[in-house]
Amino acid sequence: MARVTRRKFLKVSGAGALTAKAAGMAGILATSRAPAYAQATTVHWLKWNDFVPAGDQLLRQSMLAEAEKALGFKVNLETIGLNDLQARATAAIQSKSGADIIMAFNNNAQLYAESCADVSDVCEELAAKQGGFYDLAKAQSHDGKKWAAVPYCIIGALIAYRKSWFDEIGVTKFPETWEAYREAGRKLKAKGRPIGQGLGHTVGDSPAFWYPFLWSYGGREVEADGKTVKLNSKETIESVKFAVGFWKDAHDEGGFSWDDSNNNRAFLSGTICASLNGASIYIEALRKPDQYKTEKGAQMKGDILHAPLPKGPAGQFGVHPFQNHMIMGYSKNQKAAKDFLRWFHSPAVYEKWFIVQKGFATGPTKTWEDHKVWNEDPVMAPYRVAGRLGRVYGYAGPAGQKAAEVLSKYIIVDMYAKAAQGMAPEEAVKWADGEVRKVYGG
Amino acid sequence: MAIAQATIVLPAKSRTRLLEDERWLAFALLVPTAVLLGLFIAYPFVNGIWLSVTDTRVGVPGEFVGLKNFYKVWNDSIFRVAVWNTCWYTLVTTVFKLSLGLWLAMLLNRSFKGKAFTRAFILLPFIIPTVLSTFAWKWMFDPTFSVLNWMLFQIGFITKRVNWLGDPDLALVSVMVVNIWRGVPFYAITLLAGLQTISPELNEAAAIDGARPWQRFWHITWPLLLPVTMVVTLFSVIQTFADFQLVYVLTGGGPANATHLFATYAYQLGVGTGLLSEGAAISLAMFPILFLVVIVQLLYIRRVEVR
Repeated sequence: MARVTRRKFLKVSGAGALTAKAAGMAGILATSRAPAYAQATTVHWLKWNDFVPAGDQLLRQSMLAEAEKALGFKVNLETIGLNDLQARATAAIQSKSGADIIMAFNNNAQLYAESCADVSDVCEELAAKQGGFYDLAKAQSHDGKKWAAVPYCIIGALIAYRKSWFDEIGVTKFPETWEAYREAGRKLKAKGRPIGQGLGHTVGDSPAFWYPFLWSYGGREVEADGKTVKLNSKETIESVKFAVGFWKDAHDEGGFSWDDSNNNRAFLSGTICASLNGASIYIEALRKPDQYKTEKGAQMKGDILHAPLPKGPAGQFGVHPFQNHMIMGYSKNQKAAKDFLRWFHSPAVYEKWFIVQKGFATGPTKTWEDHKVWNEDPVMAPYRVAGRLGRVYGYAGPAGQKAAEVLSKYIIVDMYAKAAQGMAPEEAVKWADGEVRKVYGG
Repeated sequence: MAIAQATIVLPAKSRTRLLEDERWLAFALLVPTAVLLGLFIAYPFVNGIWLSVTDTRVGVPGEFVGLKNFYKVWNDSIFRVAVWNTCWYTLVTTVFKLSLGLWLAMLLNRSFKGKAFTRAFILLPFIIPTVLSTFAWKWMFDPTFSVLNWMLFQIGFITKRVNWLGDPDLALVSVMVVNIWRGVPFYAITLLAGLQTISPELNEAAAIDGARPWQRFWHITWPLLLPVTMVVTLFSVIQTFADFQLVYVLTGGGPANATHLFATYAYQLGVGTGLLSEGAAISLAMFPILFLVVIVQLLYIRRVEVR
């Protein structure tokens, strides 16, 4: 074998690269060598570690290979923790390099809209074929001028509760109003089975509970014009006053420091009676039926039901964590990335992923409400229409930059936390109103 | 190829002659350090200053807005809480880390069986990656499954569980405890190195003259150890003031902002909200306070060394 010295290698590869750059295909043919940097298209897809691990397994084991076969290019999937997604997106946008497709959570795509490729063509096509997107999907993916991200899925947030424990206190149907829920919670807490709800700085469960709670009393951070701040109102104060007693009477006070996984652990270990959550508690109980058992030794999966958040004086609302995919403006593979998302959301392909989610993630378009998966397990049935009932953070204003700032500063959540920790409700609302005004410039 | 032709190749002799000149040699030796410092310290710092006086958001180049961001954060009640928390956190943990570290160093400076093993073992909290050990602490402080609560309950110290990270006051104390646990080995090992430079003869002579242990410590060990102590404290204060990982993992700044520090709040605004300019302004607000602390300490170190 001929010996290749370092000098010779550099000379040859350098010459190849220079020639290719300068003379294109003719140069490559002249040197009879492919340039060192020539590469096939690969789409880099960055998303979270799915709370339903079977979803990522399916992607890795078969779907990405199918994508390569169907589209003619490779899709490189990278999964990271939910809390790290924003840091990665920020670094990628600022350095103009990184993944071609990045998953965004809730209204984050609105923060990065200027750095996203226009995916209106993909979204309009999907909407036309699949019965249209839910309002909450459009509100968080469309910046008013263009679709900045392709809606991926909605994670329904409903209350998971222990049916037998509610039955024991004579509540055979899940409470429909906050008063009834508080009363049931009070009785259950007295028996050492409190309601478990996060009231801290978490991305998912805490805001998904306390924002709809505020709305159900008629409170709101800003009017529909997105400018007039109106948090300090009679309705908000009423909601905070109720929350203080509700927290003390019925809740596990450890919730001040819970993250988004604490309630899952507490529920599955039998220390709380109910908690607002995605379906992951139930799905975990299904996955390991012999590990999670009731105090009577029965499988816990048979004692879990789901219900929407109760009603307040102004109505019944919910926030359902939402995910979409941004194709980054800096990406050189935008066309391939669009082709991939188009392919992924085609009914025959998306259905495979949708089925393994077992209802934890529902489709962003209305057509998925009619899927047979909803008939398979009545416990999951309430998640079927979760997308219809959801509002977006920032209501009554738009789900844009300002709403994201109020959310990420946890102003609404902390308003309730401060009051629950002893601050007068009026003071807590006044504080929060002041902070929200600074954000909206009011 | 053109590049290769354009390269000026100095004859080997003249290159050697150039490096014989001390000014050129010093310059050549300093260049790598200067480049590294410039790339990784000066550039981010200057870029941070620029960001803080613009309205830059993620992906949106900003325009110059003067001191608007500083004005905004100054009027931000969460920022004020973060300032207070950071100062209090740094002060309390530094005092404890210094006292416990010194105490540990004095103990480790004695001769006993298994000395080498113990010294290595003491370093464990410092060696384990911070995020990993902090997750372990998070489990120990868990409101539902806390092993600390279980232990305290078993020995009869408490009758109902303690909400370590959920109570605003206790949460900051808990974060401080973890910081102290992690920081003590750094003090202990560095001070131990300082202690070993003190000649045992001094202590022996003082002992023969009738000095009690406390007098020997106060009049011999402490003054001789002071320069090392000051340097260790200086490093520690800077690190603690800019601490991020502990709070980010343990509480995320909650409950109700009770544990936010400069770095966690800057991250929340800069990354969580995409307001890079405001995040930079918060980070830079750390600078004057830290600068003052460092200057005072450096002046003190100089005075001690001169003495």
